[in-house]
Amino acid sequence: MNRGGGSPSAAANYLLCTNCRKVLRKDKRIRVSQPLTRGPSAFIPEKEVVQANTVDERTNFLVEEYSTSGRLDNITQVMSLHTQYLESFLRSQFYMLRMDGPLPLPYRHYIAIMAAARHQCSYLINMHVDEFLKTGGIAEWLNGLEYVPQRLKNLNEINKLLAHRPWLITKEHIQKLVKTGENNWSLPELVHAVVLLAHYHALASFVFGSGINPERDPEISNGFRLISVNNFCVCDLANDNNIENASLSGSNFGIVDSLSELEALMERMKRLQEEREDEEASQEEMSTRFEKEKKESLFVVSGDTFHSFPHSEWSFTFISSPSSHPTSSPGEIKTKPKEWLSCTSGGQDFEDDMIITSDVSRYIEDPGFGYEDFARRGEEHLPTFRAQDYTWENHGFSLVNRLYSDIGHLLDEKFRMVYNLTYNTMATHEDVDTTMLRRALFNYVHCMFGIRYDDYDYGEVNQLLERSLKVYIKTVTCYPERTTKRMYDSYWRQFKHSEKVHVNLLLMEARMQAELLYALRAITRHLT
Amino acid sequence: MGKTRTTSAEGRERQRLPARRFRTTSPAALRADSVDGGSLLAPLLGLTDRAFSDCPDLADGAMEKMSRVTTALGGSVLTGRTMHCHLDAPANAISVCRDAAQVVVAGRSIFKIYAIEEEQFVEKLNLRVGRKPSLNLSCADVVWHQMDENLLATAATNGVVVTWNLGRPSRNKQDQLFTEHKRTVNKVCFHPTEAHVLLSGSQDGFMKCFDLRRKDSVSTFSGEATEAGPWEWAMAGWVPVLPVLSCHILRLHHSFAHGPTQDAESTANGSRESWGCPLYPLGLCSGPQAGQSESVRDVQFSIRDYFTFASTFENGNVQLWDIRRPDRCERMFTAHNGPVFCCDWHPEDRGWLATGGRDKMVKVWDVTTHRAKEMHCVQTIASVARVKWRPECRHHLATCSMMVDHNIYVWDVRRPFVPAAMFEEHRDVTTGIAWRHPHDPSFLLSGSKDSSLCQHLFRDASQPVERANPEGLCYGLFGDLAFAAKESLVAAESGRKPYAGDRRHPIFFKRKLDPAEPFAGLASSALSVFETEPGGGGMRWFVDTAERYALAGRPLAELCDHNAKVARELGRNQVAQTWTMLRIIYCSPGLVPTANLNHSVGKGGSCGLPLMNSFNLKDMAPGLGSETRLDRSKGDARSDTVLLDSSATLITNEDNEETEGSDVPADYLLGDVEGEEDELYLLDPEHAHPEDPECVLPQEAFPLRHEIVDTPPGPEHLQDKADSPHVSGSEADVASLAPVDSSFSLLSVSHALYDSRLPPDFFGVLVRDMLHFYAEQGDVQMAVSVLIVLGERVRKDIDEQTQEHWYTSYIDLLQRFRLWNVSNEVVKLSTSRAVSCLNQASTTLHVNCSHCKRPMSSRGWVCDRCHRCASMCAVCHHVVKGLFVWCQGCSHGGHLQHIMKWLEGSSHCPAGCGHLCEYS
Repeated sequence: MNRGGGSPSAAANYLLCTNCRKVLRKDKRIRVSQPLTRGPSAFIPEKEVVQANTVDERTNFLVEEYSTSGRLDNITQVMSLHTQYLESFLRSQFYMLRMDGPLPLPYRHYIAIMAAARHQCSYLINMHVDEFLKTGGIAEWLNGLEYVPQRLKNLNEINKLLAHRPWLITKEHIQKLVKTGENNWSLPELVHAVVLLAHYHALASFVFGSGINPERDPEISNGFRLISVNNFCVCDLANDNNIENASLSGSNFGIVDSLSELEALMERMKRLQEEREDEEASQEEMSTRFEKEKKESLFVVSGDTFHSFPHSEWSFTFISSPSSHPTSSPGEIKTKPKEWLSCTSGGQDFEDDMIITSDVSRYIEDPGFGYEDFARRGEEHLPTFRAQDYTWENHGFSLVNRLYSDIGHLLDEKFRMVYNLTYNTMATHEDVDTTMLRRALFNYVHCMFGIRYDDYDYGEVNQLLERSLKVYIKTVTCYPERTTKRMYDSYWRQFKHSEKVHVNLLLMEARMQAELLYALRAITRHLT
Repeated sequence: MGKTRTTSAEGRERQRLPARRFRTTSPAALRADSVDGGSLLAPLLGLTDRAFSDCPDLADGAMEKMSRVTTALGGSVLTGRTMHCHLDAPANAISVCRDAAQVVVAGRSIFKIYAIEEEQFVEKLNLRVGRKPSLNLSCADVVWHQMDENLLATAATNGVVVTWNLGRPSRNKQDQLFTEHKRTVNKVCFHPTEAHVLLSGSQDGFMKCFDLRRKDSVSTFSGEATEAGPWEWAMAGWVPVLPVLSCHILRLHHSFAHGPTQDAESTANGSRESWGCPLYPLGLCSGPQAGQSESVRDVQFSIRDYFTFASTFENGNVQLWDIRRPDRCERMFTAHNGPVFCCDWHPEDRGWLATGGRDKMVKVWDVTTHRAKEMHCVQTIASVARVKWRPECRHHLATCSMMVDHNIYVWDVRRPFVPAAMFEEHRDVTTGIAWRHPHDPSFLLSGSKDSSLCQHLFRDASQPVERANPEGLCYGLFGDLAFAAKESLVAAESGRKPYAGDRRHPIFFKRKLDPAEPFAGLASSALSVFETEPGGGGMRWFVDTAERYALAGRPLAELCDHNAKVARELGRNQVAQTWTMLRIIYCSPGLVPTANLNHSVGKGGSCGLPLMNSFNLKDMAPGLGSETRLDRSKGDARSDTVLLDSSATLITNEDNEETEGSDVPADYLLGDVEGEEDELYLLDPEHAHPEDPECVLPQEAFPLRHEIVDTPPGPEHLQDKADSPHVSGSEADVASLAPVDSSFSLLSVSHALYDSRLPPDFFGVLVRDMLHFYAEQGDVQMAVSVLIVLGERVRKDIDEQTQEHWYTSYIDLLQRFRLWNVSNEVVKLSTSRAVSCLNQASTTLHVNCSHCKRPMSSRGWVCDRCHRCASMCAVCHHVVKGLFVWCQGCSHGGHLQHIMKWLEGSSHCPAGCGHLCEYS
């Protein structure tokens, strides 16, 4: 990170909102690239995380044991709010990156970079650029995809699909990778790569969803300029408000109604539990509920972005087509990601100096490719993925473990862990069975990827997940780079941060599993 | 068969009687006390009632019924052929009607009954009716009642259990709908003898028992395996008493607490483990996270025990339940690592339960014993989706797998490595298997994801056993040979006594039969071990040679001398001789070829004639040398030999002057070539002791004859020549003579003839043959050593592949003898790329920082985190970047050289810690 980042170029790596710009104008020397918050997360006050950390010997032990960088990075710090989970997370990650596997070490990190780049997650990219070099990767590769072997380049297609529309992966894609003469991937290699891709896509969700801050000391950069992009404005990152905008602090969102919100949620949960016995929805209704939920998720983001920030004086606009955005300066990406969320102001036109970094895009092709709602394109020819027909436990596990031994067990443990993790608390309440809530979160994510559980009543999702939460879920799993602190703050206001991190973990794992299921199903089809 | 079964069953019933009687007491009490419990318990009692009042009779009755069925069907012999039919959709499960003439296929979008006819399957009924198929019809499992031909049950993926009555007049045969499970139901199972009892196991972790005469479940069993704390007892107002004593009381309580209307939750909280454990100290009760019930993957009623059923779980546990006691399982054990997908009770052996899991194993348990005992374990190649015992074959079971592998295997559990039979018809994973008739072992039905239904005939199965190669052969490190083969084969062979006749192979033959032969006849094999003669054997020479040979780093002459000396000291005179000769060939100055020599080369190929002219012997007086030469040229080979032998102790096994026709030696050589090496030995019978010290460096002109030709029977030759005396013999002779030849010629080089020496190139062919000879003999050590020592001089004469082959064999041998250093040296010195890259594989040495204890990833001596140099030399205080040697006592250390030097002068640790370090 450029410490002397007072220069305009460093500042330009951020998309700036009107307010900040004003401030910037006033004080040119502000170090924009330096995050204004301290602590591992921009969303979570430092003391929350640190408190948990000092207590926890276990975390330190885990980090020593499994961390590849050997440091307690911010992700780990935030995750250490859930030590039980952290262990299985680190173990599986360590296994993918460091233990015996079909792919050479630098490859693994490069694949991680490719995966993270799909979501412009500079945090992960920086981390792995570093490790890539440490493990003996060829520095030239970091110049972009054109510089890597064809074999890795071939992975790009599946990376793209997996990240945004995994349901499009077919056995033809697999065949293309596996049977291409000299550049082909062996199946074990491919499975390893797929696991890595899915892991890092999902981790990017977590990073954005939890507002993970860049690592504090950038001395590890090895001369490669660290990419500092976070596609939200600095003020979004900020917790302490040295930017003059009082309305930004999330805390003064109506606390009053949030209390009742919580009560209402609890009430609904109780009712659902009781209702279950008597109320018997007809079969047709059940399936329409799924469709409805699927369809509804369509509108969730676009509609609510405006909605949920009534106090904001900004407007968020979608730049919906690549061509409509003329700003990319020479040498930057030509096509601007469609879903890029940027702040624009009403009166002034800042587009000239709004530069989106290209540092990330060199690791990807077709940056305009993004999530497209499953429902929207689900025009009959894209059948719903029936979860019972290809489950992780029965099918995914067996395949993964056969081709890349032992990772199956680690992932299995991780999925189980996250699915079963509970402290039986909800905000201030104790002794609550949160199974229903957790399942709703998990299945909602799968629903957005078109995976349907026959035995789940999708009506529950509607009842349990409020709109702002849905917005958050959708953003985090589908376009994580757009997550803002506001979204994070706007749902479940009474809940503890650790609980929100728990939500993030669930989203992350659900997403990873969904991607894996699609990819593995394609591989299975290729095999048969 | 039927008869014996009946009797044994009776025997069992008799044995079981006391137990039953003992138990009847409590249900009686239960019945009496539950009056106020009212009608809630009625259905349950409907079951227990009968069972308890006349349990043995009932069981016997069931038995009778069974045998009647048998006889009825025994009359009509099943016929059919291997056939298959296409379904419209992938099948998830199949089940056979008890008349063995119909099969039901169920899947996500298929639910049909097919009649099995002689030649084909005929669709009989489509049960999927209605305008819009609901999820209730998306079947995960189907089962046909074994007592009632009209009764079917399906488990739907949305958690509904549906029963079907084929006797209904309407088109829709759906009978009852149970929507009690919250998650997918994985399995349904009818009671084998009771008409109205249906059991289901679901993803939500509960098993429910339905009485088909009622609208809802009779009892719920929870797979939750959490241990109940004492507080639960306190809460319930119960006092934990000794389980055995409180048995009756408790049972009452539980029956009350878990009556039919009791909801699942309270059952889940019921305490059972604290009781289950002391009573049945079985496998680990490895419970999941608190409050989380494990998904049920399979439920099966015991065929023999009226009240028992088994359930298997996603976490690898198997539980045995008593249907009357929903409060806790009778026993629980961990059967597999990962989900247990299926289980099946043995149709005849009571208490035998086969389970199959994701860990690719099929295990057979005996649960009649105090502790569930694993009887057999079959390792398959993919996760096991279904397992079914084969009727009438006590040890056979059929399996199919969940993923990847599409075949159906029938295993004999006693032979867990090779399937007894294999059906390969399906193109996608097999999802359901069923034996067509409970007493006919030859018909197997299967449904698959590839949308087909198959009938397999056992006689059409492929039998992997037949394709397996039943012989195995392995050489031990010390020359022992083990050989395993079918017993019949060995028996036939041993009559020929193949080894006994060979006098030069004093091997004794030892045959160790595996005593644990579980089932002779099926696959019995004999293991034979041939050991080399103790004493005569041993590979000491190999190890010593490997360790002491010098391969590089000195002038060629020295290397040769050194190696010759080593060989001689080990009594391997021929080898020593070879080294000496190599030295002579390649290290003498002057390389003037003569016309005459060239001529003879052209004529004789690899013959030795020209060599006779170039004599040289380091130990020999020049005069003598010339003399011999003269003699030799006269053609008096015999005297020559004697002379040379005696004077030089170098073998002169003579020229192989076949082309030139020099009489005597040629004759004897020819004889040799014919194949009896023994003749070689006969040449100097007195050479019984190869280690005669005198042969080392005799100085006298005429010592005793030390004929070192062909080395006396060293151990290495024994095995080598064992195989085929003829072939190797002739080869050996030709090759062995070659070096000998050269030595001879060298011996006789005199100063006078110095100028007529040959260029080393000339010997290329010869040396090559020599190397081949050694390699052929099994002394690949010699071949490789010479190859390395001579380097470029010979490499070009030998093709790459052969070299590589020698190298790898030698390296392999070295490694088996754990001569790591030597093997590494060889690898390093080899020029073959394939070999030298052996050293480059996994050469990373991971180092942890000595301060922060974390791995140092980039460089081995600087820690990235604490920015300190990890290993400092205690002597020079600089960073050690290469070899770091440290004292294991005080952990100080440094550069190898420095420490060595330091410890020469002082015995204390250079770091000043006061430790007395030792360097060895």
